[in-house]
Amino acid sequence: MSAITREDVARLGALARIHLTDGELDVLAGQLTAIVDAVAVVSSAVDDSTPATSHPIPLTNVFRPDTVTASLSRAEALSSAPADQDGQFRVPQILGEEP
Amino acid sequence: MSEDLTRLSAAELSTLMADGEVSAREVTEAHLARIHDVDDDVHAFVLVNDTDAILEARRVDEARYRGEELGPLAGVPIAVKDLLTTRGMRTTCGSRILEDWVPVYDATVVAKVRDAGMPILGKTNMDEFAMGSSTEHSAFGPTHNPWDLDRIPGGSGGGSSAAVAAFEAPLALGTDTGGSIRQPAAVTGTVGAKPTYGAVSRYGLVAMASSLDQVGPCSRTVLDAAMLHEVIGGHDPHDATSLPEPVAPAVAYARQGMAGDLRGVRIGIVGELRGDGFQQGVLERYAEALGVLEDLGAEMQVVSCPSFAYTLAAYYLIMPSEASSNLARFDAMRYGLRLSPQGGPVTAEAVMGATREAAFGPEVKRRVILGTYALSAGYRDAYYGSAQKVRTLVQEDLAHAWEAVDVLVSPTCPTTAFRIGEKVDNPMAMYLSDTATIPANLAGIPGISVPAGLAEDGLPVGVQVLAPARADAWIYRVGAALEAVLTERWGGGLLDRAPMLGTPTGGAR
Repeated sequence: MSAITREDVARLGALARIHLTDGELDVLAGQLTAIVDAVAVVSSAVDDSTPATSHPIPLTNVFRPDTVTASLSRAEALSSAPADQDGQFRVPQILGEEP
Repeated sequence: MSEDLTRLSAAELSTLMADGEVSAREVTEAHLARIHDVDDDVHAFVLVNDTDAILEARRVDEARYRGEELGPLAGVPIAVKDLLTTRGMRTTCGSRILEDWVPVYDATVVAKVRDAGMPILGKTNMDEFAMGSSTEHSAFGPTHNPWDLDRIPGGSGGGSSAAVAAFEAPLALGTDTGGSIRQPAAVTGTVGAKPTYGAVSRYGLVAMASSLDQVGPCSRTVLDAAMLHEVIGGHDPHDATSLPEPVAPAVAYARQGMAGDLRGVRIGIVGELRGDGFQQGVLERYAEALGVLEDLGAEMQVVSCPSFAYTLAAYYLIMPSEASSNLARFDAMRYGLRLSPQGGPVTAEAVMGATREAAFGPEVKRRVILGTYALSAGYRDAYYGSAQKVRTLVQEDLAHAWEAVDVLVSPTCPTTAFRIGEKVDNPMAMYLSDTATIPANLAGIPGISVPAGLAEDGLPVGVQVLAPARADAWIYRVGAALEAVLTERWGGGLLDRAPMLGTPTGGAR
């Protein structure tokens, strides 16, 4: 099994939206290589004829009655927000460009 | 008197209160006193809910005084794992990112516990977002095993197991994604059950791996676990994966098991879960338990589940994959901590990355990165896809087993409690703790861990009973039968032999 490099970990960190320090990149590269080596065995246990199971006890057509029920008030929904303004969540700029 | 009350089971407390021998307030105050006496050493709790718990106990006493009909666990206090949301009460999930989060809603199981009149003593410590097997990955420091304070109480629900083992609470709620109820029960000499997937609502359980997570009871006796199961179980329209069936008759089956007759019950010994990798003392207690079950009239046979050789690997792909997706909700926008990046533009993405860098612990980062890898283009079929196929093999092996047997048994955990710090930097070694508990989560079946005695190192060993999906009552029947024989043999519960923590009271029953 191919090793997971620091560069791989840095890219994964970016995808997962977790900044990682240089020290973390070193440690994680080694640990993830070891873990992936150990878990890669799954691909040898199955073949194309085995169907996948995504859910232990599948249920279908799960609907509730189409009636209005109580939900959070605006104040409750905002009560844990790091910042809010005018009854809305206040967030940093979404795109990395000057407006 | 107050110290006596903490040594009683939930069922015993229930009877005493119903008979008017003690008040709910006395019971709750006794447990709060015990928490204040021993929890500096054990650290089972991250929050103690003194005032509200006593208020609730008084409400129960007043209702009883008025002659109102009360449920069997009314007035019996409970500890709640901090992964379950509690309205108006801080819910941290063991993480810095939720250090100050006060939910505006109750998890369904918490609402049910409140409706049953059970005072909530507090929130219990856990590995961050339930990721761990030792409770060392809590942002708020480790919990200590009451049997040996230098050892781990299991994980991720080590706070709940330790609270029950240290007589700080007669009951606790746990959650089990790969063994987080059963493995802590095994290493603390307590009882813990994972119900069938969907038998208990997950609404308000902060999700790690949604296809594996399940809420369940932690206790010191099988009957107590069954009683709590009946309180928290049942259909919940808030959870689309909730099963529509009524709650399993757990208490009736536990009582039947306590009567000590297992004639006609077919028990399968999982051939793949013994021998290599299992500690000698664990195997010895397991062998004794098998003898007990056979003496009670059960028909024993060895059952083979070859796919179990791959379940640990499949689990450590499926769980991180689901976790990496679930934890994307911690984006520093709507709730939780928000930190600014050091330099660079302050965009939403940069804020999210900086917040998660500072506020996620190492195991959470490891699993989210691992899950991101397993789901990334070019690897998804080989890893996540194959792991899902292993899940099918597990289902097939178990379907085959259920043709021949009613329940399966195995050791709960390969070893007794290890030392705090021993495996914290070696994730693969830590993951092996879950070998025997993971198959139940992959298949969605119920399982219970029951104390089986002490290993050669003087630490508790657990035996696991597994049953088919929706046959939850059976784990309580077989578990209670085993427990009844062993406690009689020991001359009392296994925890009677645990070190007496806290202030000496001489409070023998």
